[in-house]
Amino acid sequence: MTLVELTGVSKHYGSVRALEGVSLEVRAGEITCVLGDNGAGKSTLIKVIAGLHRHDGGTLRIEGEETSLASPRDALDRGIATVHQDLAVVPLMPVWRNFFLGSEPRKGVGPFKRLDTGLMRRTTREALLRMGIDLRDVDQPIGTLSGGERQCVAIARAVHFGAKVLVLDEPTAALGVKQSGVVLKYVAAARDEGLGVVLITHNPHHAYLVGDRFVLLRRGTMAGRHTRDEITLDELTRQMAGGSDLDALRHELQRG
Amino acid sequence: MTTTAEPAGDEKAVAPADERLLRRSPLRKLLARPELGSLVGALAVFVFFALAADGFLRAPSLSTVLYASSTIGIMAVPVALLMIGGEFDLSAGVLVTSSALISSMFSYQMTANTWVGVGVSLLVTLAIGAFNGFMLTRTGLPSFIVTLGTFLMLTGMNLGFTKLIDGTVSTKTIGDMEGFPSAHAVFASTFTVGGVAVKVTVLWWLGLVALASWILLRTRTGNWIFAVGGNEEAARAVGVPVARTKIGLYTGVALGAWIAGQHLLFSFDAVQSGEGVGNELIYIIAAVIGGCLITGGHGSAVGSAVGALLFGMTSKGIVFAEWNPDWFKFFLGAMLLLATLLNAWVRKRAEAAK
Repeated sequence: MTLVELTGVSKHYGSVRALEGVSLEVRAGEITCVLGDNGAGKSTLIKVIAGLHRHDGGTLRIEGEETSLASPRDALDRGIATVHQDLAVVPLMPVWRNFFLGSEPRKGVGPFKRLDTGLMRRTTREALLRMGIDLRDVDQPIGTLSGGERQCVAIARAVHFGAKVLVLDEPTAALGVKQSGVVLKYVAAARDEGLGVVLITHNPHHAYLVGDRFVLLRRGTMAGRHTRDEITLDELTRQMAGGSDLDALRHELQRG
Repeated sequence: MTTTAEPAGDEKAVAPADERLLRRSPLRKLLARPELGSLVGALAVFVFFALAADGFLRAPSLSTVLYASSTIGIMAVPVALLMIGGEFDLSAGVLVTSSALISSMFSYQMTANTWVGVGVSLLVTLAIGAFNGFMLTRTGLPSFIVTLGTFLMLTGMNLGFTKLIDGTVSTKTIGDMEGFPSAHAVFASTFTVGGVAVKVTVLWWLGLVALASWILLRTRTGNWIFAVGGNEEAARAVGVPVARTKIGLYTGVALGAWIAGQHLLFSFDAVQSGEGVGNELIYIIAAVIGGCLITGGHGSAVGSAVGALLFGMTSKGIVFAEWNPDWFKFFLGAMLLLATLLNAWVRKRAEAAK
């Protein structure tokens, strides 16, 4: 089932063409990887899907219905959860408060309506365990977790709140090899829960490990669109690095 | 009362101990509390003046200390909440005076029951607070600039309107007007507990601390206040209504200003139009001493109360010790520095393993 479908989407900031004619589809239980170098338009694409910016051209369909997203809240209500690279969490707040931020469960009536803190702590622990994350203490400030752990909490959070589509902005960019592997494992776990995942990355090796579809961006336009069986890792890496550009570079750097 | 809140005992008992989790000593847990530094400081200052000042420990003296603390504390509570939300309000000091002036002048000019003036003052004061919040969220200017603007405008308006309407620097007395006795009872009366006279402002203060603590630790709004102060972008991204939260916080400061303003008016029967300038910094100092991070995202209402108490003890203790009151500012500055150093250390610890 196609959850999100972009057809020829473009976005301009004044006279700057940030995105032009980009198409991609996200299906339930699949991972769509968006690959591109710095400035390729990955962030703009994420902002359109996350509801931070409206697209100016092309169509955005969510579960078949043509739409445009007005706000992050709007995107969340339609089941699209975005995990941003650096603004995913409030560092000084405990893990459980972060986990429920923006969707806090409450109990009681009238002026005595209050946070259900017991439920919040318990649920956080359980939701994390379900994703295979065994956290030491949900009361610690989330800032004390490692980068990979924080990404995992954010992913578990999206899964818990019934997101249908999970958008991940460079989840492995700042991480070491081992931690990247851990995060990719949870990305795969989210896919196995039936979510459609958009994985934004500039690392073709990470993308090829988990991806079902690949969309390559270069300078705001789509440079390629492949399914997993159409392309090899080497070809993906070559295209990602700029294809002929890389050959030119190799030639230039050749010694002697 | 801490940002991390007390762990529910029953859960801890059921969950098997995690071998990776070193048992946190009670001392270490205590150190994570935002108000700890101020509590230690308050205790030290209390002992100090108990030894240095004759009569500091007598009931009437302590009652004076509590009164001085409460007039600052009533404002320190909402100012602390605002700081946890990541913003400042430099107009808070003069807003108190504005609130008192509006109440007094409206009642006098309209020859209305003083309660009408009190009501009008509430509406106008809340509107000014909301204006601060609205300007901040709409323009995206730093709160320092926005509220510095309202601070100057209010200072000018307080003096200007009073001169224009009453011809002098203070308002006409409303002491003989209808409703004055009951308003005086609510905002400025004194009652006795066990033979000790206590000002009603102490009740307002304690009430506000309790309310603010409830909001911060047990409501959704509280979660949002910590979040907008701790990481505004993250809060926005998960759907927290950032603008609404901040406007609400400024309105909260206005509510405090209204209570403090009515007290100012009804403890006498007239208001000096030039009062209040400089108090905004004292509120901020009380909040910071009480453990509020100047950058937002961390702090407590109880801490602000301890900060206000420190302020009250120092300002009155110096008088009881018969020292030159000029030294007061020195103590205040030293306490502020110490408190901020402690806060910085706490924050570093919280973000250590990033």
